[in-house]
Amino acid sequence: MIRLDQVSRRFAAVEAVKGLSLEVKQGEIFGLVGPDGAGKTTTLRMLCGLLDPTSGRVEVAGLDVGRNIDAVKDQIGYMAQKFGLYGDLTVEENLWFYSDLFGIDRAERDRMMTEYLDMTRMTPFRQRQAAKLSGGMKQKLALMCTLLHRPRVLFLDEPTNGVDPLSRRDFWEILYRLAKEGMTILVSTAYLDEAERCDRVGLMHKGRLIRCDTPAALKQALAPRCFRAKAADQRAARALLLKDSRVLGAEPAGAALHVYLREGARPEELPVELEPQAPALEDVFIAVIRQEESHAA
Amino acid sequence: MNWRRFRAIFHKEALHIVRDWRSLMMALAVPMLMLILFGYALTRYVDRIPTVIYDQDGSPQSRELVERFRGSRYFSIVERQGDYREIIQRINHSKAILGVVIDKDFAKTVSSNSVARVQLLIDGSDSNTASIAAGYAEALIMAYSAELREQQIVRRGAGKMETPIDVRLRVLYNNELKSKNFIVPGLIAVILMIIAALLTSLTIAREWENGTMEQLLSTPVRPNELLLGKLAAYFLLGMADMAIALALGVGVFHVPLRGSLLLLTFASALYLFGALCWGIFLSAVTRTQLLAYQASLVSSFLPAFILSGFIFSISDMPLIIQQVTRIVPARYFVAVLKGIFLKGVGVSVLWMDLLFLFVYAAIVFMLASRKMRQKMA
Repeated sequence: MIRLDQVSRRFAAVEAVKGLSLEVKQGEIFGLVGPDGAGKTTTLRMLCGLLDPTSGRVEVAGLDVGRNIDAVKDQIGYMAQKFGLYGDLTVEENLWFYSDLFGIDRAERDRMMTEYLDMTRMTPFRQRQAAKLSGGMKQKLALMCTLLHRPRVLFLDEPTNGVDPLSRRDFWEILYRLAKEGMTILVSTAYLDEAERCDRVGLMHKGRLIRCDTPAALKQALAPRCFRAKAADQRAARALLLKDSRVLGAEPAGAALHVYLREGARPEELPVELEPQAPALEDVFIAVIRQEESHAA
Repeated sequence: MNWRRFRAIFHKEALHIVRDWRSLMMALAVPMLMLILFGYALTRYVDRIPTVIYDQDGSPQSRELVERFRGSRYFSIVERQGDYREIIQRINHSKAILGVVIDKDFAKTVSSNSVARVQLLIDGSDSNTASIAAGYAEALIMAYSAELREQQIVRRGAGKMETPIDVRLRVLYNNELKSKNFIVPGLIAVILMIIAALLTSLTIAREWENGTMEQLLSTPVRPNELLLGKLAAYFLLGMADMAIALALGVGVFHVPLRGSLLLLTFASALYLFGALCWGIFLSAVTRTQLLAYQASLVSSFLPAFILSGFIFSISDMPLIIQQVTRIVPARYFVAVLKGIFLKGVGVSVLWMDLLFLFVYAAIVFMLASRKMRQKMA
């Protein structure tokens, strides 16, 4: 449904995306994860035809985005990081406006609006101006606006940034429902607990896709090298571990100190006593980035 | 071009305009305010000119002249028994504009049938007021002098005779009336520019700033639908302003509309369209509201005000500035307005100006349309 083939994008001196190749199947929820400046937004913009890649090929819903941009726009929904709702228009006026732009006929539009407003529990706020909605409701309205034309592929750029946990859960419930109906969803996020909810996750770092797999597989791969330090003075232990060339990283995680070892390093040889720790996606993320950085160095 | 998408943009833009009462008030109140300011400021200001009298003679004849000044609504005497020092001081403190000095031999000279002297001292720091004040004073003195002459002739036994020249202040100083007649049509060009360039310059930039532009770009809406939808909304607002200005001009200021109303509407539409496109173009280039606003202020509003021949006559400008005015669309529109309002001429005379407005509108529309086709970066 989505295919990127050796895609790069350069802005003046900066190469924001480097040789990115990726494939997403229909009905999949794919999470694009990475620190700020990793190239997530640039990738999404290229997928929606808002930016042209400097090189490489972008395909969405079987169409070449570079050549069939107008046809692609009918198939996709895009929710930008800072979604463009018109604050002075009401909820229903925003929905009407976008449905007009997508050319949805009136009867269909009204049916969809009733359905979506019900699904997002926003029916009571139909006539409220968008600027006066809470953060979570704004995001839900934005999502509805991108869904009205029943896109086959949905692109969401950090959709739950600054939204409270409860609204975030609501939001994800909706995404699951859509994916079940066959919609392909590509979502970028900085929240790793959200990444856990995706079918597959791509880790981006400095414009490159450095890992791409299911959350379970990613964690599995790190499991043999992920430990927890047993030490009274964690700060001293951390300083000691970081000096050791066999240690990839040692990061505080809550009250504990998580330690990631390089391939082939044996935990019993280290100066601090370690015990196995089941990795979370956050551990994977940090370990992978540390590894990338040590390669680069 | 899809009609429904065009209408959606138009409708949305109209809602923005109606719901943002500040800019709506600005759009509707500015023309009225400007018309009233300019209309009255330039016509009503020059009466009750503060005047200092220095009567060195003190004869019945000279006192009669002072009485004339006092009787006129154009003058207000702030000091009857001044001297030169007093006059200069009052003018320096802006307490007086005019000083009238009557020669000490005034009565004697008048009765000896030679030419008596009256000196006028005028504050020239505001040349417009000064020349009008000088004109009033001169006329008043001339009228009095004609009367004196007549009395002398009667006294010498020539019998009652008709005054050779009947002096009437209002007729003589028709030039103030003329300036109003000319200011009001010229103002229409400036007002349309304010609405067009200033308000429109914000619209695309606002969409960029709010992130709505990125969203719009991901929808099937075409750049020209966006452009024309926005243009249509502001076009209606601009034409409403035009109607307000016209109604005030003709209804309140009694500016004659001698030419065709239809041609006036057509020319305004042409000018407005070009100005709107320019505002949108700037907005699309700068992508920030502040920058767009400043750019449009400098590039459209100020030239319309200064270089259009609306206030400052183009033929009085240095040659190089005169050449610059050739690329200011307001110049051509002001020419058209003057032609239609005051001279009552039609297309046969104004076609060159109209053609320029058309060419300008077409070029700027193409620029704006091309700029709208841009992507994110």
